[in-house]
Amino acid sequence: MTARVRAAAGAARAAGALSRLTGRGGGTTMPGHVLLRLAPEALGELAGGLPDGTALISATNGKTTTAAMLATIVGGDRAVCRNVGGANLVSGVASALVARPPDAAVGVLEVDEAALPAVARAVVPRVVALGNLFRDQLDRHGELEMVADRWRRMVDGLPAATTLVLGADDPVVDALGDGRDLVVRYGIDDPAVARPTRDDAADSTHCVRCGAPYAYRAVYLGHLGDYACPQGDHARGGLDFAARDVRMDGVAGTAFRLDAPDGAHELRLPLPGLYNVENALAAIATAHVLGVPVARAVERLGGFTAAFGRFERLQVDGREAVLLLFKNPTGANEALRAIAGDLADSRVVLALNDRIADGRDVSWIWDIDLEGALDAAAGVVCTGTRAADLAVRLRYADLVADRIDIRTPPEAAFDAAVRDAPPGGRVYVLATYTAMLDLHRVLAERGLTRSFWEEAR
Amino acid sequence: MTLRIVPLYPELLSIYADRGNVRVLEQRARWRGIPVEVSPLPLGADLDPAAADAILIGGGQDRDQALVAEALLAQTPALRSAIADGVPVLAVCGGYQLLGHGYVDQGGQRTPGSGLVDLETQAGPDRLIGNVLVEVDLDGHRERMVGFENHAGRTTLGSGVEPLGRVLAGAGNDGVSGHEGCRVGRVIGTYVHGPLLPKNPWLADLVLGWACERRGLDGALEPLDDRLESVAADAAAAIALAERR
Repeated sequence: MTARVRAAAGAARAAGALSRLTGRGGGTTMPGHVLLRLAPEALGELAGGLPDGTALISATNGKTTTAAMLATIVGGDRAVCRNVGGANLVSGVASALVARPPDAAVGVLEVDEAALPAVARAVVPRVVALGNLFRDQLDRHGELEMVADRWRRMVDGLPAATTLVLGADDPVVDALGDGRDLVVRYGIDDPAVARPTRDDAADSTHCVRCGAPYAYRAVYLGHLGDYACPQGDHARGGLDFAARDVRMDGVAGTAFRLDAPDGAHELRLPLPGLYNVENALAAIATAHVLGVPVARAVERLGGFTAAFGRFERLQVDGREAVLLLFKNPTGANEALRAIAGDLADSRVVLALNDRIADGRDVSWIWDIDLEGALDAAAGVVCTGTRAADLAVRLRYADLVADRIDIRTPPEAAFDAAVRDAPPGGRVYVLATYTAMLDLHRVLAERGLTRSFWEEAR
Repeated sequence: MTLRIVPLYPELLSIYADRGNVRVLEQRARWRGIPVEVSPLPLGADLDPAAADAILIGGGQDRDQALVAEALLAQTPALRSAIADGVPVLAVCGGYQLLGHGYVDQGGQRTPGSGLVDLETQAGPDRLIGNVLVEVDLDGHRERMVGFENHAGRTTLGSGVEPLGRVLAGAGNDGVSGHEGCRVGRVIGTYVHGPLLPKNPWLADLVLGWACERRGLDGALEPLDDRLESVAADAAAAIALAERR
């Protein structure tokens, strides 16, 4: 490490400590800003100091959970350098590298889709895991196709020694492996859990090569599935890691048979929904590239606990609250499907903010399949800076008006829902990022959950 | 007598949740006891002007826009005949641009449009993104239109074309003229999504009323309880004003 980078890293660490001391935050991005200002080349040098290399994880949906799973798996035998709290821009990655444990052997870094090319250039990664691309925050990221183009150029610039772990169920992601030697593909292969049709909001439905609409043998979520171009120009690649015989047990979790290069394994995941199956496959495949045997990864995932706002469960006044982040139509649809069977007698809080981190444009709530989705719940409370937009959306989904309530701020909505839920009942909170942060802060003050930046420390 | 709502190419033209507009028209007809059905026009199919009472054109990704422009061009005679028969057309964002003569992208390449309305669009150096508040004069009274815009195109209206409204906050057609959208008879174009109709129920009922008349039904619609919509529109208007650029 050069003297300049060492000095810059020291200054950055001090800035982070100051930021935490003054109560301005968890110091998840400030040290990175300081580092990049003082020594822009530091990212590569700091990452280069990790003997087992660095894994970069990106996707529209699931990157935080996948990274948390991967850190759980590789953390079983090595110290891990990772970013937490969704600090996944260049500054967050830099902060994580500055604050890494002194004995850190491997980097597990979650990276924002748009920031990925810059991070991949600066950090020479050993493995890049790419999960899926859905439309998300058009006002910030631009259209899906623009992000896909940036990813294609990013992959072109990766060294030949870097392994790509690809979510083959997404046609755009699958095609990123074209012409590369070190590619590992994962996906779901169980038509019994397929959806009858693609969602209305499905994104990448036309062949990446010729533009013809894909024929799907099975659709799992959004446009993810087992697809083939009718003209033979592109079909899902062979799966190195496949989930078969998937058994879903509502909020309680999911089990499946994992067919891996070394044989079959039985996996029980304490998280619901097919998207968490995708996340687990990505984490296990990436860990395998980093040298963790599949059987060990499967065992370590059995005790996995949810990342911030991703099916966190806590007890409040004799009721169970389940916290779920939602940020785009596909993620929201999957969350709604996961809770669909467990809604009776429950109360639901929907929290929609329109700050920059949430996306200023809230039109995406109209792409959520809300029709009928909450009919079984005893009541729905809307909150957040755009609470009324949600209420209007529910009205057009034919939810009866007297079961829709509007209350701000989020903690007031939460308290009302807890009060109205019967003892032993459930309150589901679906909230956008900053609304979840606001609620989480209040719950942490009441001692109900930890601050999110403490979680991985 | 079933009212037929026809969204064009929804599999490609629904990037800003344009299905919300379809849903709102459908529900506001249903709540009033008017039989209604949605019959989307898929890519490659021909539009039957006699089988449409309202036509919706949404926005798409830039990549898909060329595909759509080509398909739409082939349907222009059918669209023209539908419009002549009194069928309302509501075109949003990319769909609005396709109403015009053409779209010139940043590289100078021109994609021809349908030419249904005398307007032309040229890509600007940056995207115009944010909340919008527009004032619309409607047959003697004033309405408020709120929503969100996200477009690189700058649209210039021909001399005989009226804008839909005046921009109070946001960019509108080009960021300089103060104009937003266009209105020619029952053809309405606008950059405002969000989606457009849920927070602007007066506009939904305007289009629905026209569609009813075209179908030979009474176009005078009974009022609905739109208090939630008013609260949402108030919030959106306040946000647009607070961030006025």
